[in-house]
Amino acid sequence: MSFNLQESFAQMNEGDVLLAYKGSITTELITNVLEVIESKLEDINTASAVRKKVYNVLVEALQNLFHHIDDLPEEIKDEFDARFGVLVIAREAGSYRISTGNFIRATRVQQLKEKIDKINTLSREELKDMYKYVLNHQKLSPKGGGGLGLIDIAKKTGNKMEYMFRKYNEEYCFFTLNVFVTINQY
Amino acid sequence: MKSLIKEGSPKTPSVRFDAGEGIVEIKGRSIPENSTEFFKPLVDWLDKYTANPATVTNVNIHLEYFNTSSSKCILDIFKKLEAIHKAKNQVIVNWYYEEDDEDMLEAGEDYESIIRIPFKLIEIQE
Repeated sequence: MSFNLQESFAQMNEGDVLLAYKGSITTELITNVLEVIESKLEDINTASAVRKKVYNVLVEALQNLFHHIDDLPEEIKDEFDARFGVLVIAREAGSYRISTGNFIRATRVQQLKEKIDKINTLSREELKDMYKYVLNHQKLSPKGGGGLGLIDIAKKTGNKMEYMFRKYNEEYCFFTLNVFVTINQY
Repeated sequence: MKSLIKEGSPKTPSVRFDAGEGIVEIKGRSIPENSTEFFKPLVDWLDKYTANPATVTNVNIHLEYFNTSSSKCILDIFKKLEAIHKAKNQVIVNWYYEEDDEDMLEAGEDYESIIRIPFKLIEIQE
């Protein structure tokens, strides 16, 4: 599938959107988004257990984005902000959806795809074991990533992650990830 | 030994490490993008504390949120405390979680299963 930003962004914006952003993913942006979402969730009458879960999952999704955004391809540097990413938080039937999107190098697609597919097949107990194993055995990257973000998201939400890789050119793909926090399980 | 005191911020917890009182306390939110930067002084402090710890060290971990980047650093903190415990000093970990926060309870249980120090999981009413 080829990449068209407007189209992808419009797709992400389905449902009752709490927040939508496209641009640079910086620490300041993450701080602001978390603040806005925290107060919005308080306004909407959401159970505190669900609020906490959405917040937790949002932190991981945003920081995954922050840690894993690849440098932009030369030919689109003028078109997009540095560290370009997309974020949408929406409320849909029965769940909150957090969607993120970013460019990644085509060479990383296979590995990431396999990782998500693998995590999606694991049971709750298996995710718990995997989390503990990685926590105890894997070192933090210099940027502070621990390889635990996706596992944590899957473990906390109990839902499968949806993803798509759209080809931008021979070297780059646009990766979108949807994660869901169920509202009614509490 | 000088105490280590840090005020909390929107992304980092408050810290009170007091060698005289034997208190190791972390409270609030720990969600910085780069947790190593924040936790390094804490781990360094504990390194020195290990040489001459209080007879009893009370560890109070009371977190509202923490990210996976912090989870590794928190494990590093516990590993330092485990060394103090192994050297025949008393170490008690109080892991606080809010009553509806199953994820925080589970996180406490996860650490308890990795680290050989007595853990108390303490539920608090909101």
